[in-house]
Amino acid sequence: MSSHVPSASPSPTPRLSAAPLPVDAPVLELRDLTRTHGTGIAEVHALRGINLSVHTGELVAVMGPSGSGKSTLLTLAGGLDTASSGQVVIEGQDISTLGRKGVAALRRRSVGYVFQDYNLIPALTAAENIALPRELDGVSVRKARKEARAALEEMDLLQIADRFPDEMSGGQQQRVAIARALVGDRRLVLADEPTGALDSETGEAVLALLRNRCDQGAAGVMVTHEPRYAAWADRVVFLRDGSIVDQTLSTAADSLLAVEGAE
Amino acid sequence: MSIRHGLLALLERGPRYGSQLRTEFESRTGSTWPLNVGQVYTTLSRLERDGMVVQDGEDDQGHALYSITDGGRAELRSWFETPVDRSNPPRDELAIKLAMAVGAPGVDIRAVIQSQRHHTVKAMQDYTRLKAQALADVPANRDEVAWLLVLEQLIFQAEAEARWLDHCESRLVRLAEAAATDPEPETRTTSRAPARTPARPRPRR
Repeated sequence: MSSHVPSASPSPTPRLSAAPLPVDAPVLELRDLTRTHGTGIAEVHALRGINLSVHTGELVAVMGPSGSGKSTLLTLAGGLDTASSGQVVIEGQDISTLGRKGVAALRRRSVGYVFQDYNLIPALTAAENIALPRELDGVSVRKARKEARAALEEMDLLQIADRFPDEMSGGQQQRVAIARALVGDRRLVLADEPTGALDSETGEAVLALLRNRCDQGAAGVMVTHEPRYAAWADRVVFLRDGSIVDQTLSTAADSLLAVEGAE
Repeated sequence: MSIRHGLLALLERGPRYGSQLRTEFESRTGSTWPLNVGQVYTTLSRLERDGMVVQDGEDDQGHALYSITDGGRAELRSWFETPVDRSNPPRDELAIKLAMAVGAPGVDIRAVIQSQRHHTVKAMQDYTRLKAQALADVPANRDEVAWLLVLEQLIFQAEAEARWLDHCESRLVRLAEAAATDPEPETRTTSRAPARTPARPRPRR
């Protein structure tokens, strides 16, 4: 049987407005990142010298067996843990130079998280959940709610704006979580098994949305053990024993790089 | 792959000529399994020999038209009603390759697995991109719906392969760990046979 599938051609997509960043500068850069736990005979290397850049418009999936360092990578990338050595650079800023408050502010301003169990605040509606990070950032309640409703409308979810999490399906909650992750000027979304609690069709809809957000100008890193969801990414990175052992580009990403290389 | 039944299914919608059947077959399956027109005419003549189609005049451009017979319709119905046989799996090169790689001198089986996983996941990325394009607009006709189903079949098949590769790798790691920690087995005078040998599927020759 011969397989003859036409190749996908990339099409230019509009970008979200965002804070200026030098052209081609990665939104996230991990430089020689290492994380060890314990010392001496009990020393465990969770990550060993990881180098990874994620650019605007790019969705990167991280795969690997249990204990390969996937979640550690995501935790360090989001500034939720501190590396043993190496650097995490978000939108051009090395977070090790920022101090605790500075990292917290950068996280709030630039990084969105999506978790397997959604982590929406139960006492807030969908719109209020999305508005909350903006309100914490000093944006007026009125403006933040307006932005939240606009984000929901863009994602065809306006009809659930006033629902509380327990009045939403899992898929709706995860879509609200993605909207919250990317509200305002935030361009980096870090997703840890975002489809883990969803059935196959809903999981796919969530991935399509994440893919769309990246096509519109966000940058995403997603940890998953599901090849079917990883396949929505531009690049799939394989981790083993704390190191990147391999990575794939999609044909579309390949041809984009070929065009860039030719210029 | 049953070209024979594919052609009968297309002919059930009305008389058609050879190259038209080829075009319609390929539209329905997104050119995933391209046919050459020679295969189409060879299959048509066998179907004609077996009484499942007949030549049925010509169209305005002089193309010889074929029509399905009652015998062909019965064959087609039976094809739809009968599950595809899975008891004689076709030879799978990857399964054979991994089976041969176990314990082969100088072969890093984890590297063999990763190389295949890379290829399989990349194919899935390409299929998924095509699927996203196919879903961007609601499929408007039966060819587009059929193409979507074929694409999803390719994705599911590749996913099964990727999962199996993950499983093989973790199985090998566990076995290697067990071999490293287990004491040396005592020399046995008789070989130990498994309590019960499950029936294996017979491979297709």
